[in-house]
Amino acid sequence: MSFLFKWEWLPKMASGLVVTVEVTATCIAIGIVLGVLLALGRVYGRRPISLPCSLFIQFFRGTPLLVQLFIIYYGLPNWGIRLPAFVSGILALGLNTAAYQAEYFRGAIQSVKKGQMLAARSLGMSLTQSIRFVILPQALRLVIPAWSNELILMLKSSSIIYLVTIYDIMGVSQKIAARHFNYFDVYVVAALFYLALVLIVSLLLRLLEHRVQIPGLGVHADRR
Amino acid sequence: MNMPLLKVEDIHKRYGNEEVLRGVSFEVNRGETKVFIGPSGTGKSTLLRCVNQLTPPDKGQVFLEGTEVTHHKSDINRLRASIGFVFQDFNLFAHLTAMQNVSIGPTKVTRMHKEQAQARALAELERVGLGDKANAYPAQLSGGQQQRVSIARALAMDPKLILFDEPTSALDPELIGEVLEVMIELAREGMTMLCVTHEMGFARSVANEIIFMEHGVIVEQGPPQQMFTNPKHQRTGEFLRKISELYGETER
Ligand SMILES: Nc1ncnc2c1ncn2[C@@H]1O[C@H](COP(=O)(O)OP(=O)(O)O)[C@@H](O)[C@H]1O
Ligand SMILES: [Mg+2]
Repeated sequence: MSFLFKWEWLPKMASGLVVTVEVTATCIAIGIVLGVLLALGRVYGRRPISLPCSLFIQFFRGTPLLVQLFIIYYGLPNWGIRLPAFVSGILALGLNTAAYQAEYFRGAIQSVKKGQMLAARSLGMSLTQSIRFVILPQALRLVIPAWSNELILMLKSSSIIYLVTIYDIMGVSQKIAARHFNYFDVYVVAALFYLALVLIVSLLLRLLEHRVQIPGLGVHADRR
Repeated sequence: MNMPLLKVEDIHKRYGNEEVLRGVSFEVNRGETKVFIGPSGTGKSTLLRCVNQLTPPDKGQVFLEGTEVTHHKSDINRLRASIGFVFQDFNLFAHLTAMQNVSIGPTKVTRMHKEQAQARALAELERVGLGDKANAYPAQLSGGQQQRVSIARALAMDPKLILFDEPTSALDPELIGEVLEVMIELAREGMTMLCVTHEMGFARSVANEIIFMEHGVIVEQGPPQQMFTNPKHQRTGEFLRKISELYGETER
């Protein structure tokens, strides 16, 4: 047994890497926007708003990502809704991560001290202004560590979309491996690609956390 | 006609089975300082919050210059903008510098231009003696400094009156003086103030009236001199003696 990985496969795998990054970035973006809205709905919404938000979160956290993906890609066509593979993949991952992110955002919103909202309202800010200018700027800083984990998980979980014929890192690797009967080397290289991505993203998130840090605010603030 | 600046009428508030406020009425004229005292759990904080509707009362009315604050159609955000509130634990916005804490009200609520709001914020910070701390975050300030910033934050809104809820109770003893000095100065300049505080030195030097509350009602109210020397109710005298012992009564 020797290492049979051929360097000419690398460009193909790199194109897969681009797809993985694109898909993950898009899902995370969807997840942030939707996740914040879901969290706000749960925390500040009356029942007609908070209940659907809870159910959404419950469903997407309580069922396997793969099942969600298959419902969207293979299931929806039975109802006449035929989405392209790429859209299905992004939708499944985006909705899934939105549910998880919503819970992190909710935790962060609720950990902003209660007096902050009181102070904002007593200045005459509306509820929306208070959320936008006082609560969220603090909650988003508090959430970064938990949120970083979610981003990294997504980066890795995104590999399941090869099952709906998308050529991300995993999709490309699977194709090359099958054609050349070289599973071990190709998948190890694929793993290294993911590892490199995860390390880079972790580093960037650490920098972000450092950059937006404010004295006295954050997970480290309590122990002084 | 000389209408009171603030008129509070028959305020009731219940939490569960407990009737926290049982019909409280009083008036405040422009430029007056009123001091609320009373045992803990008596409803003083609840009363202040009813004034600016942070806590809506179950019954009763609040009028600010004749406008009913408690009316369901009143523009409550606008009314709150003209009622300052200073909290026991400061509640400065943790993600903003002292300057931003003071300027956020004018910029977001009254839509003042940014430069103008910053100039105003700096002026208010200087007024409370913290011009040099404009760029510090709350966590970098002492309790006394934070409370002074929160007073500056209230002042920057040009409030018609300011409500103080035990503004010095969370402070180390050596930091109380700097906050009281600012409050005394404000009172002397003619700011209308409602203060829940047990600092009787402050009450003696600037209060027009001390209001003693117990179990959700006003037991007795009167000028400090009378309340100290000649209270009508035995409870008032007892309570005043007790807090004078507890808090001391340093002359300021
Ligand atoms: N949000 C609330 N929910 C339930 N009970 C409350 C709430 N706020 C205050 N109370 C109760 O109301 C009573 C009066 O409280 P408060 O107004 O804070 O009194 P004081 O400021 O005079 O100490 C207390 O018994 C307190 O437990
Ligand atoms: Mg209180």
